[in-house]
Amino acid sequence: MPEGTQLEETLVSIKNLSFLRGTRKIFDSISLDFQRGKITAIMGPSGTGKTTLLKLIGGQLKPDQGTVTVDHNNVHQLSLKSLYQLRKRMGMLFQSGALLTDMNVYDNIAFPLREHTALSEAMIRSLVLMKLQAVGLRGARNLMPNELSGGMARRVALARAIALDPMMIMYDEPFTGQDPISLGVLVELIKKLNTILGLTSIIVSHDVQETASIADYIYVISGGHVVGQGTPEQIENSESEWVRQFMRGDADGPVPFHYPAKDYIEDLLSYR
Amino acid sequence: MIRLTRQLGRYTLQSLAKLGRGSLFLNHTLSGLTEILFRPRLLIRQLYFVGVLTFLIIVISGLFVGMVLGLQGYYTLSDFGAEESLGVMVAASLVRELGPVVAALLFAGRAGSALTAEIGLMKATEQLSGMEMMAVDPVKRIIAPRFFAGFISLPILAALFSAIGILGGEMVGVGLLGVDEGSFWSQMQANLDFYDDIMNGVIKSIVFGFVTSWIALFEGYDAIPTSEGVSRATTRTVVNSAFAVLGLDFLLTAMMFGDD
Repeated sequence: MPEGTQLEETLVSIKNLSFLRGTRKIFDSISLDFQRGKITAIMGPSGTGKTTLLKLIGGQLKPDQGTVTVDHNNVHQLSLKSLYQLRKRMGMLFQSGALLTDMNVYDNIAFPLREHTALSEAMIRSLVLMKLQAVGLRGARNLMPNELSGGMARRVALARAIALDPMMIMYDEPFTGQDPISLGVLVELIKKLNTILGLTSIIVSHDVQETASIADYIYVISGGHVVGQGTPEQIENSESEWVRQFMRGDADGPVPFHYPAKDYIEDLLSYR
Repeated sequence: MIRLTRQLGRYTLQSLAKLGRGSLFLNHTLSGLTEILFRPRLLIRQLYFVGVLTFLIIVISGLFVGMVLGLQGYYTLSDFGAEESLGVMVAASLVRELGPVVAALLFAGRAGSALTAEIGLMKATEQLSGMEMMAVDPVKRIIAPRFFAGFISLPILAALFSAIGILGGEMVGVGLLGVDEGSFWSQMQANLDFYDDIMNGVIKSIVFGFVTSWIALFEGYDAIPTSEGVSRATTRTVVNSAFAVLGLDFLLTAMMFGDD
C-alpha cells in the first residue's frame, strides 16, 4: 500500500485474494488498493489474469479466497440486486468494446440510460450528445458498430461507460491494437475524463509506455503475485528483475523465453 | 476397459452438469416473464425475428408435404376403392403428427440455429458480459424475449403448416386426381375429433416450442466463446432439437393415443 494512505481514500480494496481456474492458481493471495480519484494501472504479461481481476472486482467471478471491497461494499456478499445497484456506479470498458451490434452508436449510449432511468427522450438525447461530444464522435451517432474502426468503437464504448456518471471506470486493455493516433486520443481521453469527472480509473494493460504516462500508481503482476508496485518513477527504477524485464521488454529473464520443455539436445535425439 | 468406464463416467458427469446448468438457465429465463409483461415491445420484436421470418419456409414446406400426402394417399386408398377418405387421411396425418413435428424440425433449423449463433456470438464479443456490467441482466433482457417468442410462434407455425398442407392435399387430390370435393371435406369434418386430433397436435407443438427454444438459447448461452465453439453449438442445437422433438413425439403419442 502506498505510504500515508488513509482508509477512506481507498475506493477499491482487494485483500488476500486467491482465484483458481481448474487446478491452476491465477491469483495467490494478492492484495491491492485503488485510490479514489487516481488512475491505477495493473500491468503484467499476457495470461496473468488481468482481465480476470477486473471481473472479480465487478462481481462477475467469485474468488476462492479473500475479499473485494468497492466503496465499503463487499462485492461477493451483496445480493444480486445490490450488486446491480453497485454496478450502475461502475463503468467498464471491454477490450472488444462490447457494443450491442444490433443498435447504432446513439442507441448504444442511450441503452444504460433507457434501462435504468425514467428520463424523457429529449433529456436522453442531450445526455447522449454530451457524452459523444466528450469522445469526439457526435457526428458518428447514426453509424452501426460494424461501421466503426477499432479506435472509434472503443471511444463509443467509453462514452457508454460514462453514460450513467459512474464513480469509477475499469479499462480492459484500452490501448491494444490501436494505431498511434487513436492511441494518443485514448490516452488523452482517459486522463481527461479522470480529472474532469473526478473518476477513479483502473487500467489493465501491458502497453508499458502509454500506461506509465498517465498512471498515478502501478501494480505489476506476474505468476499470481504482485511482483512490483509504486509510482511510474519507482517502477521505472525498480530493483526487481521481474519488473525490469517487463518494463524493458527483454525476451529472456525471470519470465523465460522458452515454455517449459525437456532438454533440447535430448529432445532432438529422442526420435526413433 | 477401465478407460472406457472412465470415459463413460466423465461423459455422464458432464451431461448431468450440463442438464443442471440448463435447468438453472431455464428457471432464470422463466423469471424474465415479468419483465416482458412490462415491456411487451421486446417480445414483439422477437416474435417478428423468430416467428414471422420462419413463416415462408413453413408455408412452402407445408404445401409440398400436403401435396405429397395427397398423391401417396390417393394411390394407396384407391387400391381399396376408398379414395373419398383422402381428406381424413391427409388432415389426420398433418394435425396429429406431421404438422407439429416437421414444423418443429424446420423451426429448429431456421430459427433455433439463428438464435444459438446470435447468443453465442454475443457471448464471444462480450456483449452479454458488457450488459451484466451495465447492471442489465442479459438473461432477462436478451434471452427471455427470444424464449417466449419461440414458445408462442411454434404452435402458430405448426397450425399454419397443417392448414396449408391440407390445402396442398386438396389441390392434388381434388384438383389433379379427381377425388370428389364434397367427400374430401365432409369426411374430414366427420372423422376428425377436435380434442383427440387437433388439440393433441396443438399440445405437441406447444411442448416442441418450449423444448426447441430452450435448447437453442441454452446452447448459445453455454457455447465456448470462440468461432469454433459457436459453430459447434449451432450444430448441437439442430441435432439435439431433432432428437428431442422426435423422442418427445413418440412419448406424447403413446400417452395421447395409447388408450384407443
